[in-house]
Amino acid sequence: MKRTLFDKVWNAHVVDAIENGPQILYVDKHLIHEVTSPQAFKELEDRNVDIFRPDQTLATADHNTPTVDQHLPVKDELSRKQLDMLTHNCEKNGIELFGLGHENNGIVHIIAPELGVTQPGMTIVCGDSHTSTHGAFGAIAFGIGTSQVAQVFASQSLLLDKPKKMRILVQGTLKQGVLPKDVILYIIAKLGTNSGTGYFCEYAGNVFENMSMEGRMTVCNMSIEMGARGGMIAPDETTFTYIKDRLHAPKGEAFVNAVEYWKTLPTDDGADFDKEHIFYAEDIEPMLTFGTNPGMGIKISDSIPEVEEASFNKSLNYMGFQKGKSLLDTPINYVFIGSCTNSRIEDFRVAAEYVKGKQKADHVNAWLVPGSQRVAKQIKNEGLDVIFKASGFELRQPGCSACLAMNDDKIPEGEYCVSTSNRNFEGRQGPGSRTILASPLTAASVAIEGKIIEYKLD
Amino acid sequence: MQKFLTLTDTAVPLTVENVDTDQIIPARFLKSTDKQGFGDHVFYDWRFNKDGSKNTSFVLNNPMYSGQILIAGDNFGCGSSREHAAWALAGYNFKVIISSYFADIFKGNALNNGVLPIQVPPEFLEKIFTHYIQNPNSKITIDLEQQLVKTEVGKIQFEIDAYKKMCMINGYDDIDFLLSKRDQIKTYEDKTRTYSN
Repeated sequence: MKRTLFDKVWNAHVVDAIENGPQILYVDKHLIHEVTSPQAFKELEDRNVDIFRPDQTLATADHNTPTVDQHLPVKDELSRKQLDMLTHNCEKNGIELFGLGHENNGIVHIIAPELGVTQPGMTIVCGDSHTSTHGAFGAIAFGIGTSQVAQVFASQSLLLDKPKKMRILVQGTLKQGVLPKDVILYIIAKLGTNSGTGYFCEYAGNVFENMSMEGRMTVCNMSIEMGARGGMIAPDETTFTYIKDRLHAPKGEAFVNAVEYWKTLPTDDGADFDKEHIFYAEDIEPMLTFGTNPGMGIKISDSIPEVEEASFNKSLNYMGFQKGKSLLDTPINYVFIGSCTNSRIEDFRVAAEYVKGKQKADHVNAWLVPGSQRVAKQIKNEGLDVIFKASGFELRQPGCSACLAMNDDKIPEGEYCVSTSNRNFEGRQGPGSRTILASPLTAASVAIEGKIIEYKLD
Repeated sequence: MQKFLTLTDTAVPLTVENVDTDQIIPARFLKSTDKQGFGDHVFYDWRFNKDGSKNTSFVLNNPMYSGQILIAGDNFGCGSSREHAAWALAGYNFKVIISSYFADIFKGNALNNGVLPIQVPPEFLEKIFTHYIQNPNSKITIDLEQQLVKTEVGKIQFEIDAYKKMCMINGYDDIDFLLSKRDQIKTYEDKTRTYSN
């Protein structure tokens, strides 16, 4: 029987199956944060049940944290209470927590890979839909609701129906200036926001084989934006090299043995998928979104399509855009480079390279929010902070920040924000805010010009 | 969890497609550490104007429409995994949501909170939208045992996982079940530990 990467990892984690019902899937790593965990801790407390595997649980504070003055007490009372509760719950249950200010603190989907917690062949869950990020390592990783967080607390397992399998092949070589973010925005624009519902997706083909781990994470991160519970990429030498010597990575002989196992995971030749799509790198160009879901994307140089449909009209009305028009030259006052999609060192390198020696437009607020303390440190080590400062960008402290605007990092009503985050829903970045999703390179170019342009690379 | 057997009520038609969980409950309302009170903030930015007054053009504020059944456009509940969306809908007293498509995570979250997501074909959804927009006092009956939606413009059978159906009818949740499997899970752990990390 030929098996896919997904089959191999899934089957290895099935504890049992209920007749005519779901399977019990074992969870290797459970990541938690302050927003979706308190009700789950309470659920267990109310039932007088202990946390089954606290040592396989890792906590961070990220969603509701300030990105300035993190050394001071959090001003917002409700946010502070939520953070205090996470600290209390972790202490009480023996769960490792990287709280605000800790050297390992950061966005949950940034820190687990950089600490070597995320490894091929694992099952990883978190009460956050962008958990799909970790699939870049050949892990089954997906977001869960708070009831399921409580289930994992109680049993380190979940009851699930096995999803169907989809493969997205992208062949060829990407053009210069086309980033992984453009690839995934292109795929979602082609397939739509619910094309992946009920599926787990494998990304394959030489575009992904040639991509860095950071790029693969950006792609897998947005799987949920086409409805797929998760996305995966087969582990290879790029993966093994990334993991080696990281804090939680297996060491010495254990690493050698692990690699040997990881090498057995890629999809067998001839294995079946329920659905398959093929795209070509030569067709992909820098992308932007013009609407209020991530599937409403076009090439920067294209015009907004002429679709006659109520939800489409509602969306354009909200964004203040018109059918048949291009987004080029639209003035922009806010630029955000950050979020679990694009806040890794590579994202800041590409932005810094573009802005070096240039000045941001006067009217632009350009926020840079690193994904973690380690990324922030790396930015300094590489001197990127100096470049950003000279160009007029504002480098803030790590967290989810303006991606979901739970903290004070909100885009004002009616303003456009060219953002490297993952969602352009109505009000996502603050009530009345209008989000245009893009790559870090596009975002950097917009900050310099103060309007949407088609950037040219030297 | 409350048991669900049958329900007969009027319905609220929300024709918007791709309703994401950020619309159902905006992120700034996620700071609560319990499950109560989210119903007050459901669809907040659609229900209320910027000055806090009611947006009278939004269907939930239209006095003609009420009931525990929400009829919603395609791909309902996409986006964030926040279970707060299910708590908000349940808190507003919706017990059933009918749509032609649901996002995966939302569907699971709804079922875990006694809110029944019912998927119907797009043509049927279109038909009931038309009828219930024009006839706000008409009722819909949901029979979970029979897996039936009965409306004034026809009835239709819906699908639900047999295990989830059993849970809804009896008011069981997955935690009870998984707790009973701890020994089996331990055996699995002992058998499969290949390398530590």
